[in-house]
Amino acid sequence: MENMVNVYFFGKKYSVPAALTIMTAMEYAGYTLKRGCGCRHGFCGACATIYRIKGKNELKTCLACQKQVEEGMYVASIPFFPTDKRTYSIEEIKPTQQIMMELYPEIYSCIGCNACTNACTQNLNVMQYIAYAQRGEFEKCAEESFDCVACGCCTVRCPAGISHPMVGLLARRLTGKYIAPETAHLEKRVEEIRQGAYDQLIEQIMQKPITEMQELYNTREIEK
Amino acid sequence: MFTPEMLESIKKVEATREERMKHEPARMTAEEKDTLLKAYHPDYRTDGFDEIKIGPNKGQKAPKELADLIHSNSRLIADNVDLSKVDYDVDVLVIGGGGAGSSAAIEAHEAGANVMIVTKLRIGDANTMMAEGGIQAADKENDSPVQHYLDAFGGGHFAARPELLRRLVMEAPDAIHWLNKLGVMFDKDTEGNMVTTHGGGTSRKRMHACKDYSGAEIMRNLRDEVINRNIPVVEFTSAVELIKDDKGQVSGAVLLNMETGDYLVAKAKTVVIATGGAGRLHYQNFPTSNHYGATADGLILGYRAGAPLLYQDTIQYHPTGVAYPSQIFGALVTEKVRSLGAMLVNVDGEAFMHPLETRDVSAASIIRECSDRNKGVETPLGTGVWLDTPMIEILGGEGTIEKRIPAMLRMYLNYDIDMRKQPILIYPTLHYQNGGLEIGGDGFTKTIPNLLVAGEAVGGIHGRNRLMGNSLLDIIVFGRNAGKAAAAKAKETTLGSMTLEHINEYAQELKDAGIENEGVSPLLLPKYARHER
Repeated sequence: MENMVNVYFFGKKYSVPAALTIMTAMEYAGYTLKRGCGCRHGFCGACATIYRIKGKNELKTCLACQKQVEEGMYVASIPFFPTDKRTYSIEEIKPTQQIMMELYPEIYSCIGCNACTNACTQNLNVMQYIAYAQRGEFEKCAEESFDCVACGCCTVRCPAGISHPMVGLLARRLTGKYIAPETAHLEKRVEEIRQGAYDQLIEQIMQKPITEMQELYNTREIEK
Repeated sequence: MFTPEMLESIKKVEATREERMKHEPARMTAEEKDTLLKAYHPDYRTDGFDEIKIGPNKGQKAPKELADLIHSNSRLIADNVDLSKVDYDVDVLVIGGGGAGSSAAIEAHEAGANVMIVTKLRIGDANTMMAEGGIQAADKENDSPVQHYLDAFGGGHFAARPELLRRLVMEAPDAIHWLNKLGVMFDKDTEGNMVTTHGGGTSRKRMHACKDYSGAEIMRNLRDEVINRNIPVVEFTSAVELIKDDKGQVSGAVLLNMETGDYLVAKAKTVVIATGGAGRLHYQNFPTSNHYGATADGLILGYRAGAPLLYQDTIQYHPTGVAYPSQIFGALVTEKVRSLGAMLVNVDGEAFMHPLETRDVSAASIIRECSDRNKGVETPLGTGVWLDTPMIEILGGEGTIEKRIPAMLRMYLNYDIDMRKQPILIYPTLHYQNGGLEIGGDGFTKTIPNLLVAGEAVGGIHGRNRLMGNSLLDIIVFGRNAGKAAAAKAKETTLGSMTLEHINEYAQELKDAGIENEGVSPLLLPKYARHER
């Protein structure tokens, strides 16, 4: 007999194998998931979940696809949360402190409770990256928030109504587009191709018989 | 949290490490690879395939599970839909909200078209989001699009369609440029040079990455851009059939609201199928690295409307899926782990192959090690071999794993495995659909003049095997192209009267072929719910 545990999905009790994740346990219990299930491997943030262990006070957050079930777990999924994303043109905005003030002014209402950091399913220092955003330090904000999967657990817990994943995303786009150094070799190659520098060479290789291609491929030099 | 038997084997891996690291394992010859693939690659297991009985690819083989869906019935045979009530009327309808669909929508919008996205889950719920290792482009001094072409063509067993592969490699640098200008944070050094590595089968270091969140970083930029442009995205809504017209064109799609079960009609002058892959069909019972919605829906929609498939019988098994622990069984362990230096090692601590052979060869070699050679490590769900990750810290210095592959580190630490100190157990996982709907170099299907396909739903870009980093590339290159081409084509397209007659004709063909299949397709969602008592 498999080792089983009792879990409660939306308050209803099910006995499920202890080795399962919350997500596979719900399917074991008979749920066909539509919302609250995405990549199933911890990258998309679709399966934000809150739970509490029976008899304990602490409310925890996790991704259902990454968290193993535990005895007495009371589980509720948060398949959608009205995160507040502001729209803008990436071509028109500039990486100044002003832009955060304009688009996400509520970050300046942060009371420093650290509930966001405690709620992060990726163990990111969320409050810190919001602090960087407040100060216009977008590169640091981008780095600190880089592993964010936008599950929204931070936002659910924030008394100031901040949509943290959106703030991190803005900082990252600003960093990628405006702050990180330009790539000279990329600009050069794009221009060469545009000028037709490879047109003839690519035509030639496309026309080669398979036997010649096999020979070329099998004897090609591989960069160390 | 390894078992005592695993810990015993780890001792052997550790004991051989220093000696192993002195020598690069030999690469296989072309003949060795050929023999290995025929004996061990799942594509060569005839019992995994069935013959397609009707339609443009009649007589060819397809994985059993896909053939089943091809032989299944349309939902609309049982349910009537009134086509005269049009819920959405657009120039360009993009089916699928992953990297290809989003790129297509952005470019169609840029070209001034009225474009919308429908997706059965959320925008960004796609294999793009889960791509870890990187994206190829020949943008360095020692490299060229021609070299990229050679690597991809050879790696795909010389079966790629030249006109498609040409577009892939020639437009690759511009794809990276475009993404960078959207705000994608590529790994760069302080001078702005891209930090690039090898992938299996590359002859130049042209793998660009965003740590090991490469696809996620790309997808969240694309998604943000789609939303900023106010492009309508209808989520939790599946396309269940294409609608045609009396001139042999497509004229939109019948949609299904996944939550209410109601049908909707979307009318469009051009349609882009960008529905992604098929990992959730679990061919040959493999686990998969794919997202929840990867059920080959677009292939079914297109095929039923008369568009042929190409290379539907060739599947990529990623050599390194998680073999242990069971909670993350089948999840992707990025190829970048090997790019950074980790060797593949068997139960006795022997490096049994070069870690950067192409994916099909690597997968076949691991399957051989775990089967006939009996050198695998037993796990609760099967077997696996070691990926010697502590080597990365020795080669690149302490902290390399945390800096370059943080997602992998986090995934294993959840289960108390520290890959910086201990190797990890892997086994091939169903990863990519090499085949799909056939298109020409312009992105259109060859049989339906205003139907385009982009991304993993396309067959022929890579041939019979795909190199790491060429899929993130293809969704961008072919997604962008499809968006531009669809917008232009919409301007010159006049639709006739809308019809679903092709559904009835398909049903008749099934009947004539003597197929009585109770199933309904497209599948939309895998059947994971357990209803046993």
